[in-house]
Formats: sequence, structure tokens, C-alpha cells
Amino acid sequence: MMRSTSIFAAILVLLAWTSASAAVEFERDIQPLLQRSCHGCHGEAQQMGQLRLDSKAAAFRGGVSKNTLVPGKPDQSELYLRVAGTSSQVRMPMGGELAAEEIALIRGWIEQGADWPDTLAGTGSEVNKHWGFVRPQKAPLPHVRQKDWPANPIDYFVLARLETEGLQPAPEADEVKLLRRLSLDLIGLPPTIEETDAFVAGRGPDAYRKQVERLLNSPHYGERWGRHWLDAARYADSDGFEKDKPRRVWFYRDWVVNALNDDMPYDRFVIEQLAGDLLPNATQSQKVATGFLRNSMINEEGGINPEQFRMEAMFDRMDAVGTAVLGLTVKCAQCHNHKYDPLTQEEYYRMFAFLNNAHEANIAVYTPEQQEERSKIFGEIRAIEDGLQRRNPGWADRVTAWEESVRGDQREWTLLEPKHEEPSGQKYHYYKDGSILAQGYAPTRHDLKMEAKTGLRKISAFRLELLNDPALPLGGPGRSLRGTSALTEFEVEVAPASDPEERKKLKFEQATADVNPPLRELDLFLFPDKENKRRITGEVDFAIDGFEMSAWSTDNGPARRNQPRKAVFRLSKPIDVDEDVVLTFHLVQKHGGWNSDDNQNNNLGRFRLSATTAENAVADPLPADVRSVLSVASGNRTQDQQRAVFSYWRTTVPEWSDANARIGKLLESHPEGSAQLILSERDQPRTTQLLARGDFLQPKDTVEPGTPAFLHPMPASDEPARLRFARWAVDAESPTAARTIVNRIWQSYFGVGLVSTSENLGTQSEAPSHPKLLDWLAVELMENNWSRKHLHRLIVTSKAYRQSSRSGPELLTRDPDNRLLARGPRLRVEAEIVRDIALSASGLLDTRLGGPPVYPPAPEFLFLPPVSYGPKRWYTESGQGGYRRSLYTFRYRSLPYPILDAFDAPNGDAACVRRTRSNTPLQALATLNEPVYMEAARALARRTLAEGGAADRERINYAFRLCLTREPEPAESDELLAMLERQRERIASGELDARRLGGEGAVNAAELAAWTTVSRVLLNLDETITKE
Amino acid sequence: MTRRAPHQIARRWFLQNCGVGLGSITLANLMPPALQAAVDPLAARQPHYAPKAKNVIFLFMAGGPSHLELFDYKPRLAEFDGTLPPAKLLEGYRAAFINPNSKLLGPKFKFSRHGESGAEISELLPHTAEIADDIAIVKSMATDAFNHAPAQIMMNTGSPQFGRPSMGAWLIYGLGSESQNLPGFVVFSSGKKGPSGGNSNWGAGFLPTVYQGVPFRSSGDPVLYLSNPEGVDAKLQRDSLDTISRLNRMRLDTVGDPEISTRINSFEMAFRMQSSAPELMEISQEPKHVLDMYGAEPGKPSFANNCLLARRLVERGVRFVQLFHEAWDQHGDLVSGLTENCKATDQACAALVKDLKQRGMLDDTLIVWGGEFGRTPMVQGGSDGRDHHPNAFTMWLAGGGIKPGITVGESDDLGFNVVADGVHVHDLHATLLHLLGFDHTKLTYHFQGRDYRLTDVHGQVVEKLLA
Repeated sequence: MMRSTSIFAAILVLLAWTSASAAVEFERDIQPLLQRSCHGCHGEAQQMGQLRLDSKAAAFRGGVSKNTLVPGKPDQSELYLRVAGTSSQVRMPMGGELAAEEIALIRGWIEQGADWPDTLAGTGSEVNKHWGFVRPQKAPLPHVRQKDWPANPIDYFVLARLETEGLQPAPEADEVKLLRRLSLDLIGLPPTIEETDAFVAGRGPDAYRKQVERLLNSPHYGERWGRHWLDAARYADSDGFEKDKPRRVWFYRDWVVNALNDDMPYDRFVIEQLAGDLLPNATQSQKVATGFLRNSMINEEGGINPEQFRMEAMFDRMDAVGTAVLGLTVKCAQCHNHKYDPLTQEEYYRMFAFLNNAHEANIAVYTPEQQEERSKIFGEIRAIEDGLQRRNPGWADRVTAWEESVRGDQREWTLLEPKHEEPSGQKYHYYKDGSILAQGYAPTRHDLKMEAKTGLRKISAFRLELLNDPALPLGGPGRSLRGTSALTEFEVEVAPASDPEERKKLKFEQATADVNPPLRELDLFLFPDKENKRRITGEVDFAIDGFEMSAWSTDNGPARRNQPRKAVFRLSKPIDVDEDVVLTFHLVQKHGGWNSDDNQNNNLGRFRLSATTAENAVADPLPADVRSVLSVASGNRTQDQQRAVFSYWRTTVPEWSDANARIGKLLESHPEGSAQLILSERDQPRTTQLLARGDFLQPKDTVEPGTPAFLHPMPASDEPARLRFARWAVDAESPTAARTIVNRIWQSYFGVGLVSTSENLGTQSEAPSHPKLLDWLAVELMENNWSRKHLHRLIVTSKAYRQSSRSGPELLTRDPDNRLLARGPRLRVEAEIVRDIALSASGLLDTRLGGPPVYPPAPEFLFLPPVSYGPKRWYTESGQGGYRRSLYTFRYRSLPYPILDAFDAPNGDAACVRRTRSNTPLQALATLNEPVYMEAARALARRTLAEGGAADRERINYAFRLCLTREPEPAESDELLAMLERQRERIASGELDARRLGGEGAVNAAELAAWTTVSRVLLNLDETITKE
Repeated sequence: MTRRAPHQIARRWFLQNCGVGLGSITLANLMPPALQAAVDPLAARQPHYAPKAKNVIFLFMAGGPSHLELFDYKPRLAEFDGTLPPAKLLEGYRAAFINPNSKLLGPKFKFSRHGESGAEISELLPHTAEIADDIAIVKSMATDAFNHAPAQIMMNTGSPQFGRPSMGAWLIYGLGSESQNLPGFVVFSSGKKGPSGGNSNWGAGFLPTVYQGVPFRSSGDPVLYLSNPEGVDAKLQRDSLDTISRLNRMRLDTVGDPEISTRINSFEMAFRMQSSAPELMEISQEPKHVLDMYGAEPGKPSFANNCLLARRLVERGVRFVQLFHEAWDQHGDLVSGLTENCKATDQACAALVKDLKQRGMLDDTLIVWGGEFGRTPMVQGGSDGRDHHPNAFTMWLAGGGIKPGITVGESDDLGFNVVADGVHVHDLHATLLHLLGFDHTKLTYHFQGRDYRLTDVHGQVVEKLLA
């Protein structure tokens, strides 16, 4: 390609040389040329690349590319380089090359000084704003000659362009092809034979529209179109980076699918994903939506600085919002002012500031069924409590009396602020309240050593508080997947500050805690042991028993495990000194699993240590929230606070043991939910500073939240900043929001967007093929309450979409990418659909919706070193679970599922709004040889033999239709029948082993085997995995 | 050289030759000429100027090998063993695990000079010492990241942030592939763990996926799904492919989409790969003295086997081979860990250079040895470990236009900072591309509104390294 270009350039230079001697006159030779070939895009009406060539001043000023005209130097003049095709940029004019002698004229003119008489200088030299930064407006429908062709407005725009180009639209695709195209486009699955027959039989003006509605109402619509958004949302089920640990975020995936099925207006769809948690009375679902922002990768290598990687995640979020929502490349401005778009670095960090005030939170989430269970449980508890109150009218006075009795019963505790000094992988964040948060790499078995110097002269007991933190799993207080922890041993040494090496180990006489779960075997699924060694957890005594086998656990079931807890350890002999001492704490945590490259830790999450001089100190049995309510005057308490006090108090009433036991049982029946990474707003705002060169160690000026000047203004409001930002991003005034999503939807149908650079509609984007159509669709979307289903309906009912995709060499040469739309789309389907077609045709497909990711068969070695960094879990599904839609396949970022990877599914490293579409031998190997594919071939054979009639030809027809929807041509049937016969012979002769080929347990093994070979051919046809 | 993404018609393999099965129909003839260039992203292409190297074998020592024990001898560090580093040195320095203000740790192994070049090489690397006059040692490498995943991604893609194309992908994008039976970019992995950055180390980033590296294994099927499924013999496979091809041809005649001819070719190449890849893996075909030279043992996966396979791949026209050996993260067990790693790799690395040289292949095959960063002169733990260190580390290169028998660059007396002829990762990339015939500033790809390149906005060719 390069070589031919340079030869061509050489010819041009020759041509130019021969003609240069003749004087070139601007008015005679150049102006008409510019007028004819350039002004359309670089004139008064529009200025692509901010260049206009109808004005002397503007032409010499240049556009995005400078040096449009350098008098005397054609080889430095972009105008010449572009028309000659020797520039690295796109050759001009876009519509067709200039003739060689015209190019030579331009060269000659520039060589001779690019003389442009002032009398012809032109009047207007203003450059309009880049089209993408101006709010779209609906233009009137263009005039077309073939008035009977358009079915809806889309067609007017498409046809007008075709007529300008002198092209004819293609005839409509035949109805069976069309139904397959429609079905693959709307739900990502081919139509069944019954659906096809019904469609063909029900011929009539409404038949096609009915299919459109049927498919738009199918729950598989959300699966198909959800996948597109998940690409943009860089969704994956693992953390990425080195350890690439599994994460639980599938509620977000299901949220996307459901939102699409509900046709949630696109503006609300975006608002919930950027700030759902900040909407008034945010629901679980709205919080889950913010998972969009949390799909960033997380690095838990041992040597990280958590703040550095929080910043990396913030940059990733900005990139995702820019690419997926704004349709702009904002990334450049992370380090410097944007080179092309009018986005300054300061503006980048002002947008950043909107997102920078959130916790990286992890919450418990429940399915609708579980939510129902939960309301039932809490409803019943409430009813029992109400009953207690009803039957005991004096209860309020008794509570008051009890409150008096416990109000002053707490000891004075002095905060110790121990620090961890040794090199360690786990990082510690020290909060101002003296508490410590464990972060980053999580060892699964370790002895955390912390030292504190104290001026206390007497210490009789230590208190360890375990606290919640939004960043911990399910809010903590521990770091295990359940937000719990296990303390194997609590040991303290004391040494004089003057001689800190002179440590003496302290003895404890008693340990108390506000929770003492019953003795349990450690859960070996969560915390596996290589030797299956027995370990137990239970009451707090286990933390001072000197045995590594036993630990104090705070896990007393899903209803109560994610609360703050505390333990008090009383010394056998109080420390009594007359100088400062150094205390060395050993928080021994050895109840994790064995693999720290997986989620197997059982560590303390956020905790705080303090000491008391008082005697007989015990752990406060009152929950922290109840204790704090007691200091609120009873008249000032909320109902919830009052209820919390009652709920605790009733547990202390001996005669209510029955009711308490019943409530305990109910709490034990609480469902195990799942988890979801979300954003939740911080109370204390973070300061955002511009980072020089994007380096978190080089913070510069503080910036306030704000939006870029070149985009629409942000309306004033009292709402929280991030919510305002979310609303602004999809405001009806936004020039990019609607165009961006409309363009991407178009891209999925036709393979290329109306703007081919769908990730970027800024000044560096490629010019739209049909600018007015893009704008019309954008406005149409907004005028119809941002309904994507409305848009789909419009597109699929257009004539443009329904064209046949057949093409000949002439059209292919003229328009290889089908930008002009003189034919329908013919494209290999996306990775997930490739696999889903095989599962669906063979009848294996399990169409259940939603739920946790699944683990279809994959080679085991993939999940072990040296392929995987560390050993990864892959719970290969047996039976139906292996045949769910590919959307549900577990996605490890570092180890993409092979067949999906081969067919270009992105791995979630970054927002992806435009997949590449490759065609490689690795794909062929996968569809020919992959075990699930072979299973599908066998299943297709079984299905064909069972359902496809009795005669071979009938069966061929049946299997063919299952895969390709249409009926085979006679030549095709003959080919397949011949294949069948050849294999029958080889099977009969014993050359092929029927059982191995067709599978065990078949009644007629030989037939099944022969049909398996035919099925395999069908599943491997180009057309089978192509939308045609 | 900027080629925009061929948006819709893209990523196709081998249109020139259809090859076996269909009686050598030259499908390319069916296509309009303008399309042919656009649709074959893997057609062999010429770089910007005559290249010195045609192939690359990158021996990626993942984990961060200690330059202080292997190549960069620091007698002064030995003298200062047990003392704290100068405070000035640590200004603004961040370490991954240790408090930077930890005691210095003298080199754990002896060094001596080797070859006519007199290169100083550790006693741990007796075999590498034998090729001292064939390699160029760079003691002044520096990188931007000091955690494994970001630093590995940095070394392999030029950016510590995920999402960029790997250098192998850039290379195939620039040069195409010469092999008709094997991928142009092949990756092996050995050692205790897998690479920290996972697949992204050989990913295509925003380039078309056709350019990404293909992981090979040295045991079992070298490529995923290479073997026929249960019950399918070679004849049935061939018969199935022929039937598929004939049916695809019928469709091609009807709808005229050149993508179908590409698919036919993909299947043919897949079939060829089914025989060529296992043949490639048959290192037992190698004479005993060759196996012995590498320390390779057929049937026993090892780094040594992978080195031998790398040579066999390059012989078969594979452009870029990358061997990952993740084992060099010696936070502790510095002495035993390095001893073990060198035992597993030294002989094979040296054998690869010698073998290629004997075969006359070293001239146009560039070998690169090194990891993502070096290790601290300061101790980690008791007295037998070092932390990650990005400021200075050592790599070596050989063949493919590299000046043999030289040492480039210098680190300071503690091996902490580079003091002469610094070579940043970007400079290494610029130099590799230069040797392969590219001006690194001109091998670009338009994405997200800008022209991206392997070296981003950085990179200087290291002239001293050039023969």
C-alpha cells in the first residue's frame, strides 16, 4: 500500500514538474477548482476541520491542520499534500480524487507563490463552531426524485445522498433474510423455524411491524443491546492488573439489561449511572447503576500506593464518561490542554472534581425475591415487637429506667494510635478518629504488628473496635468477601520507651465482646486450606487462647454481620509504670484461605485500639448505634432511633426470651445477598487539584467543579454536584449526548457509524457521512423522551435498513465500507452472538435471564500459572449452566474466555464503543474444534434426527434452516447430502468411530455420527455467523 | 505511516494464496484491486527504510531481575553494605514495599570480566558470559512504574495504563506477517506465575485484534483448539473443510462479499496450522547436541524448550516471539531465587544467541533480554531481599543490527540512578523500531482523534547501540 502510494506520488511530481513552467492564474485555474471540489465542506455553510477555502484570510490561516498554504512550498502545504494523497492524513476531496492535471495546477500555483488577488479575497472568514459542538437541529427532509421509495424520514436522507452520487438503492432483502437480520439485530438470536414460518405465512402489510414489536418486547432485546453498553462501560467480572481477582458486579450487568428492556429513557439511564445514589430516596437499583463508574480496574499488588491507583481509576472513569456519554476524547487533557479540541487541562480537572467526592463503596444487594424475603422477615420482627409493646403497656417507662441504669456504665478509654512500620504488602490508612483501614494487597495469613507509644501510667485493659467503612466488602467491618474478619490471636508486648527492645509479653485474664457467635468450622469454600486442616471460629476467648486453630469471628449471619463490633481484653496484671511505654500489638489473622491472589482473606478491615485504667472493664454489650442514641434526649429522637433502642432493650428482658428467640430465628433466615461496587458520596468533600502531567504526586492549583466552556452551560440547581454533572451530561442542550448514542446504535446496524469515529465526535472526528440524518435522529431521540426503542423501530422499518446486502465488484470498489448505503448491511456477528447462534441452532441454549456469571467449559490450564498470574477459580458448569447466553460468561480481564476473545470481544481494560471485526484462523479453530462447539454439532444432529422429518433431504433442510434460517438451494443440499453419504460410508467401514464422533448413548450411533459431521459443517459456514 | 482503521472491511488473512483444498483458486483475483490492499492487514509490508532486523525474540524476565547481582557490579555498594543510603538520594523516591531509608545491601555474587569486550558479568551467568562479545549490555535502563502490572504493561506497550497496543502488535501492524501457516506474533509463558499484566502484555489495544499475540504452550496443544475434536480424523477434517469451502464459495458467488473469501482463507490457514504447529513443537527432531546446548528436554515444559521453539518459529517466518518467564521478584530469597532462575534461563538464553549465530540468523534476528524494572540497592527484610526499583536496571540486546560486545550506559556507585547514557523504555522502543526499519514517530494509528504511536510523544534512538 505504501509502495504504491509513493510510486503514485512520484508520478505526480513528474506531472507537476512538466506543468509548473506555465503560469497558473488563481481566478482562471484555481478558484473554480476550489469552488467545485472544496467549498462544499470548506466553505460558507460548513468548515470541516475548521478550514474554509472560500476566503483568502481563512485559507491562509488554516484549519485544524495548519500550513494549509505555504507560498512557494507545495510540499509543506497541506492543501497540496492532501489533494495529492501524499499526506499522512485522509486524501482530499473526500468524494473523489482530483485529476492529475488539477493536482499539478495546485502545485504550480503554490510554487509560484500562491498568489490570491485581494479582489477575490471573499467576504466572510469566520469559522463556525465545529459541527459536533453545536446543538443538533432537524433540517427539513431533502428533496428526492424517487418519491415512492422512502418509508420514513431516514430514507429521505439516505436516498438524497444516493441520488447525488448517482447510485440506486438496492431492492428489499427477501423476507426470510430480513427476519433473520432483524432478529439478530434486535435480540442477538436467529429466528426459530416456527417464527419464520409464522412470519412468511402471515404476509400482510403489518407482518414485518409485528415482528419488530415482538422482538423489541422480548427480554432478549436487553441482553443484546445491553452488551453494547457493557462494552462502553468496560464491564468485567474481575479486578484486572496483576491479581485480577473476581469481583461481584453482576447486579450492574443485570441493571443495564433491565433498563434496556424497560426502555428507560437514555437521559435517565445515564443520570442513574453517574449519580443514581444521589437521587432522592435512591433505590437499590439506582445505587447499583453507579457501578458504571466502578467498572475501573483495581490494583492490589503488594507494592502499590492506594491513592495512585484511585487516581488511575478516576482517569479511567473520565475516559469512560468522555467516550461513552460525551462522545469526546477527554483523556489528552489529563496531562495538558487538548491539542485539538478546545478543552483545557483545568477544565478536565473541573469535570474530574464532580466525580472526585465519592467513596469506592461496596454494598450488599438483593434480588427482588430476596428483597421480598427481607421485607417479610423485618415485617414479622416488627409485628413481634409491636405485640410486645401492646401486651406490655408499661414498656416505655421500663426502657427509660433501663437507659438510666446503663447511661454511665462505660469506662474511660484512651485512644492508642499504633502504627505499622514493617514492610508489608497490606497498606494502612490512618483516619483522624484514630481508626485504621487496611487496604490494597490482602495477605490471607499474617501477624499484623503495630506499635504505639503511650504516656499512660496504668493500663488494665485494651479495647479493639471493629468499624464499618464504605470501602470494605458490604461495608465491613472486615475484609472478607462477607465483610467479616477473624482474629486468631490478640497479643500485646510492653517495653519501656527508653529501651523499646526490652519487650515483655502481657497475659490476659478475660476477653469480652459484644458478639460471640457459636463455634463453627471455618468455611472451606471461602477460606480453603491446602491440607484441609481443621480450623474453627467462635467466641472472643478464642483470641486469647494461644491456639492458632481457633479465632474470634464476628460473623453471625447475613442479617447482623456487617455492624461495628468490639472486644475488650483484660490484663491479668495491669501495667503499672512510671515512664512512657511502647506497646506492640500482634493482631494475628490466620483464618484466611491459602491463595492471596484470590478473595480468600479473613482480615480486619477498619479498626481502632484504645486502653483503659479502669478496673473490670468489659465490652459494651450495647451496639454502637444504640449507645449513641442514648445521648440524644428522648424527645429529640427519630422513630428509627427509638426503635433501635427498643430492639436492643427487649433482648435484655428475661421474660421475653421466647419472642427474642423467634426474632433470632427470623434473622437467621435472612438471605445471603450478593455485593455490588458502587459510588456513595462522601460527607467531607475532597479537594481536587490540577495534576501536573497527570501525576498524582504533582498537585497544583485547586479547582472547583465546572464544565468546559465550549459545551453547553450547566443549569443552576441545589442538587449535589455529581448529580448536576449527570444531568448536564445528557441535557437536551448537549450537542454531543444524543448524537453520540444515536451514532453508536447506527453503527451496530450498519457496521460503521454515521460518524465512523464513534468514540470521538470532536474536531478530530471523521466527517459524518450523512450529517443531517445524524442530527435528525439525535433530535428525534430527544423529542421522543430519549426512547431507544423508538429509534430502533425507525431504523429497522426504514427502506435503507431493509435493502438486500448483495453487492458487486463495482459497488464494492466505489464504497467498500457501505458508507453510502446503497445496500443492506452484511456483517459477521459479534463474539457473543457467534456462540449464541450455535447454542440456539442446536437447541442447547439455556435462555434464563440474569444472575451470577457462569463458567462454561474452558481448558483448565488457562486458570493456572504460568498462563494465569495466580491460580484462578473456574467452576466449570455441568449441564445447562454451560449453555447460557455468552453475555453471562464470567469475564476475567486478564484471561478472556477464549472463543469470545477470538471473535474480538473487548476485555474491559478501557471503554470500548467500537469493536474491531477480525476474520482469523484462530476463529476457525475455535468453531471447528472447541468442545462446546462440538457439543452443539452433536446436539444439532440429535435435534435434526428427532424433529427434522424422516428423509435425508428433509432433515438437511431442517438443520440448514436452524442455522441459516433460509432454505438451502438444491446445490447446497446436494453438497451436504454428499457429505453425509461419504461419512456414512466411512462410519460403516469402521474408519470413523461413531460413538466417539456422535457421542455416547445414542440409539443409532452411526446415524448420529454422520449427522454430527453435517451439523458441524453447517455451524461453521460463513453465513451462519453472519448477519446478511 | 498512518493507516486508518479499515472500518468495515478489515482484518483478513491471506488473500494472495488460497492454497490447498480448493485447487488453488486465487481468490484475490475475484476482488477489485482497490480492495485487495485494504482488506489484507497481514500482507507482508515494507517498513520506512531497509531494516537491520526482520524478527525479534524478546526474553521477558518478568518480576524484575536484580541488575545488582547479574550485570551491574557495584563494589562501592559492597563497601557500604549495612549503612543507610545518603538522604539526598532518597528525596522524592517511593518504594513499593520498603521504607526507602533501609540499609544498603552489597552485591551477593562475584563478578568477572569476559570476552574481548571485557564485559562484567555475574558468576550466576556463566553461559551468558560466553556470549559477552555478541551482546550489548545496557546498564542505564529506566522506567516510569514500579509495580509489576503497570511496569510490565509499560515495557510492552509504552504506557503504564492499560489499553495500548503491545510492541508485537505494533510490529505486525507495521510489517505484516510472512508466515502462511503460523501467527506473526507468538507468546510463551514459563516460570512460577503468569505475567502480571495478563493478556494485555501482548494485546492489540485499539489496533485491530488481528495484530495481537497468540499464546502458545510448550505442552499439549500448542494453540487452543488446535486438535480435531473427539472422533474427527484428519480425513474428515479435510472433507469438512472442503465442504465448508464449497458452500462458502456458493455464497460468495451469490452475495459477492469479499469477507467470505477471507473466511475461506482463514479456514485454510487454520488447517495448515493444525499440521504446522505440532510439527513446530516437535523439538525431539532437533539433534541431541542442539537440545543439550539449550538444556531442552522434549516433553518437559521449560524456558529452555521455549527458547528453542523461539528459534524454530523465527525460522518459519514468525516475526515476533516473546517468552515470559515470571520468576524474578526476589523480595526475599535473593540468593536462592536468583540461583534457581539463572539455572533455568542462563544456558538457554546463551544457546539461543549461539544457535542463531551458527545458523547465520543472528544478523537479522534481534534478541532482547530484560524485565520490567530492577531492584533496590537497599535491603528488604533481613539480608536477603531487594524491592522494586525503576530508576536504573540492566537489559541486553543482541543481533539484528545491534553493535556486539559493548556496554552502554552507567548507573551510579550504588546502582540507584542512571548517570550516563540513560535509556528510557521509550528509547528502547524507538531503537527496536529503528532496527526493524521504522521511524518510531511515523508508525502511527489514528484513534480517538489523534495519532497514537508505541513511543507516545517520547523516544530517542540509542545510536550507541547500533552496529
